[in-house]
Parts: sequence; C-alpha cells; structure tokens
Amino acid sequence: MATIAEKILAAHAGRESISPGELANVSVDVVLANDITGPISIKEFRKLGVSRVFDPAKVVMVPDHFIPNKDIASAIQAKALRDFSREQGLVYFETGRAGIEHVLLPEQGLVGPGQVVIGADSHTCTYGALGAFATGMGSTDIAVAMATGDIWMKVPPTIKFVFHGQLQPWVGGKDLILHIIGDIGIDGALYAAMEFHGKAITSLNMDGRFTMANMAIEAGAKAGIFPVDAATEAYVAAHPPTSGPRPIVSYTTDSDADYSRVIEYDAGNIEPCVAFPHLPSNVKPLSQAGTVPIDQVVIGSCTNGRLGDLRIAADILRGQTIHPDVRCIVIPGSQRVYGDALDEGLLRVFVDAGAVVSTPTCGPCLGGYMGVLAPGERCLSTTNRNFVGRMGSPQSEVYLAGPAVAAASAIAGRIAGPAEQPSTRQEVPER
Amino acid sequence: MILQGRAHKYGADVDTDAIIPARYLNVSEPALLAEHCMEDIDPGFRQRVSKGDIVVATSNFGCGSSREHAPIALAACGVSCVIAHSFARIFFRNAINIGLPLLECPEAVGACEAGDILEVDLARGEISNRTRGTTCTAKPYPEFMTGIIDAGGLIPYTRRRLEGGHA
Ligand code: SF4
Repeated sequence: MATIAEKILAAHAGRESISPGELANVSVDVVLANDITGPISIKEFRKLGVSRVFDPAKVVMVPDHFIPNKDIASAIQAKALRDFSREQGLVYFETGRAGIEHVLLPEQGLVGPGQVVIGADSHTCTYGALGAFATGMGSTDIAVAMATGDIWMKVPPTIKFVFHGQLQPWVGGKDLILHIIGDIGIDGALYAAMEFHGKAITSLNMDGRFTMANMAIEAGAKAGIFPVDAATEAYVAAHPPTSGPRPIVSYTTDSDADYSRVIEYDAGNIEPCVAFPHLPSNVKPLSQAGTVPIDQVVIGSCTNGRLGDLRIAADILRGQTIHPDVRCIVIPGSQRVYGDALDEGLLRVFVDAGAVVSTPTCGPCLGGYMGVLAPGERCLSTTNRNFVGRMGSPQSEVYLAGPAVAAASAIAGRIAGPAEQPSTRQEVPER
Repeated sequence: MILQGRAHKYGADVDTDAIIPARYLNVSEPALLAEHCMEDIDPGFRQRVSKGDIVVATSNFGCGSSREHAPIALAACGVSCVIAHSFARIFFRNAINIGLPLLECPEAVGACEAGDILEVDLARGEISNRTRGTTCTAKPYPEFMTGIIDAGGLIPYTRRRLEGGHA
C-alpha cells in the first residue's frame, strides 16, 4: 500500500495514511540552514513577529560554504548565523568543530530513520540514506518552519530503483546515481521521491548511500530514500546524538506499495561513470570518456567527502605522484573525517603525492574560493554539479565522477580509471 | 493584477547557478544580487531588462540549488513573472514564497519570441502576446497556493496564521 515516504509523511501529518498529490502540513524533526541561506531565513523569521524558534534543539545552523570566512562579506553572513544561534540557543557548529552540513549532521547523530528533515540547502536530501524524509527548501520556508515547527508539503509519488546483481570493482554509489541521472535526466524524478532497492544496494556501505541520496536532487527529486537495514542500524548506533534527543522509527515499504514507476538495472553492467559539462545528466561510462586532459581534481564535498571516499582515493594515490600539470585538492567533509583521515595516515598519502589538503569546507564545489577555475580550465571533481560557471569562470568545465576516477585522473593528468594505475591492479578495497 | 513587459526567452534547464552564480552569494541584499542576474548565460540581460519584464523558458526552470537568491535576483531586476513549460520544485516554492508569480504554460512559451510584449492577468491565469495577438491560459495554482499569493507571500500568510486569523 504505502511507500516509506508516504508512511513518514502520514505519521508527521497526524494521519493514518496519505496519498501522492495530497497537500499536508507536516511537523519537522530538524530544521537546517547554512551561511548562505541562513541570513535570509533569519531576516524573514524576524518579520514573523515571533521572538523564539519553536524548539532550539531542533534548529541546526552550520557555517560551511565560505568557511573559514573568505572575505568581509562572507564574514558578515557567518556572523549573522552565529549571533542568531547564540541568541536562540540553537545547535550551532563553529569552524574547527564543524564540516559540510550533510557530512556533519548524520555523523553528529542529529538526523535518523523516520524523521522529517528540511534544510535551506538542496542537498538536504542526503539524509534519505538513513531512511529519513529529508528535503531542501528555500530560506523563507525555513524561516516559517523555525517559527512554527511545521511546513506544508505536497506528498510526492515514489519511483522505485532496483539494482540487481553485483557491483563491478571500483564502482560505487557515485557511479550508480550518475548512471540513474544519465538514464532518466535531470528532471527525470521531478517532484518525486526515489527509493533504492536491490542486492547491489544492500551491499553498498553508508558512505555510498549518502552519496546516492545526496544527488537525488540532481534528478529533480524531492527525496532519495533507502530502506533501513543492518548497515543503517549499525551506523545509527555508532553515531549517537551529540545534543538533544533523536526520535527514530524505521519504516518499510509495503510489498504492494503503489510506485509511479519501477526502474531496474543490472549493477554488473555499470562501469565507473563521468558526467560531462554542463549537466549532471550528461553521463558517459568511463570507457567512452575518450582523452580529456584536466587541470584540476577536487576530492571532497557533501557527495564524496567522507572517510570511505578518502580511503578509496588514498589507495590509488599511495606512493604515486600527481601529474605535473594537475592541481589536486582534497577536502575532508568534516572535522571528524579530517581527524580520522589523519589517524589513518591518509592525509600523509595525499600530501606526499603532491595534493593540497584543506580544512573542511564547501569551497571550490560552488566556485566559492580555493580552487576557482580560470577560463578554459577543466576540473574533474567528486562534487555533484557541473553547471556553467559552477566552479569559477563560465568558460571553465567541470566533470563529475567518484573518488576512484578522481584519484586515478589526478595521476594520469586526464580522465582515467583506477584500473590503469599500477598500484591498484592487484587489490580492490572494500566499498 | 495585470503584469506587462517584454519577454526574455531561454531554453531548458536554466539552473540557479545561471540565474545567480554561487560566487556572488556572499551577500544577500536584493540589489547586489540583481547586478549579476543571468550573467553567465546572458551577459546582456542586466542592461536589457526593465521593470515588468517577463522571463520565458522551456522545461525545468530554476533547477539546482535551493538558493532563494535566484527568485530574489530576478524580482530585484524588475522581472514581474516567469512563464515556463515547467519549474524545478524548490525554485517553485521559493518564488511563490517571496511573491514572484510563476506560470506553467507551454503554449504561451511556444508562441513567444524574445522581445515580444506580453500581458498576464494573474487572477485568470491568462497570458496575452500583444506582439502576436495570441492568448492562452496557464495551469491554475492549487487553491492553497492562491492563499499564499493573495497574502503577498509566505511571510505575511504565516503572520496571519500565527495571529489566529484564517490563512
Ligand atoms: S559541498 Fe557543495 S553541494 Fe554540498 S553543501 Fe557544500 S556547496 Fe552544496
């Protein structure tokens, strides 16, 4: 009968059941904003005539986009976020104890299965990896939710994606989601919830699932949701909440749920994928990428800035040298990822190979700072968007891929697969 | 309300980085955002656009990020409404929330060239092309959204709701 999305929304609307297309007022478990969207939310919140947020333990502010402050203007925005968070007693993460919001919140135990999470950031859908209904909205919606604790939503239809079979070596979550977006297009799941199933999904670790849920928005979706399984439960247990309670309920889709579409793939046929400029849907399998010389590689972001991603990149870069014509920038997604990568010696591998290792930040992902491209330059990036001008000059190009292809390309100086690297011919790390 | 202006026409998938590039998001003042509106895909837009003008596009207008800066920048340029085949989900909410009307009407998009003079009767959803003499009707809003539009955006709508009036 009902999909996971429908069950979560029904429960949060105080209803027995709810159907796609219905409008409902749903209560929210977590409301999120960042240093770009937060200042507008705060300004709009002030206009509402309420003095306090509905529940300070459920409102999270993360400065991450232009952090550490890149200029005076961004410092003013970050200060607005900090001042408001202090005034209201919100959950706030200061630079040096923070990270990219969508890496940070799951890790801090602030989001979990069965929750409704809304954030003034389109990649809020990342938390669907934990079986939450999480979706991005704009600053004004967030302002209203901060005041009232609820928000209107239209219940989306759900599209089911099934990956049969086993993943090929070096194929991970990024490749699966790029494959889907390449197949259905950047509005292929417009207004819908995507639900991921199949043997290859069950075998995917949480980092890979976060990557997939993260890019649901790149297919136009409202949410990307994974059923809760042993891997989810283990992750949730290992990441207890650092502040406030975390209500968790695991919902499963009914066997006779009404999907608007069911799309099936054989994972065994999927190669590492690369999205060519200037759309995330302009996807080619690596074998058809041809010879594309590159100037820069970025490994990081809320898509692929987790420990598992850095491990894959380090396995390929260990003992190797970045190509003389390439700048390689590695950005751990959070302070915790940074520390763990330090302990595991991964940062040493990157530094020795000739890469820049940065403090956690969004930075180059949105062309903010630190890695901005000149006209005519090309970057292969593990981020999630390659629109015109996304990483700098409108005459630059961004290619999207997973961490394995990124690391291998940094060595080769052109888009390349890990299979070409001598250090990796023997072993394939666990994903 | 009757809106009237010149059409600025675009194709499919105009993303929020195209509407306002992320590198300018270190500020949020509407006038500053307006200076860079459409800069990467249409550098002449800022000079050409005047108050009341209408942006016309095909499918998935406003895809990409959740930045409300995108509809804010368009509105601050004087754009009175956007007509498209379809809109990306977050952009749709954002525009309605800040009081920038959007109309879904593939027919009107097809019949329109850049520079045409358009007139939009918002209450009736009627789009007239004064240059070509055609008229068509946009998909109506859900009733609930009309409430937000009539109130002038989500903030005044919610204020009313919080004050106990009927919203
Ligand atoms: S890393 Fe990139 S996509 Fe993710 S929140 Fe930051 S700017 Fe957005």
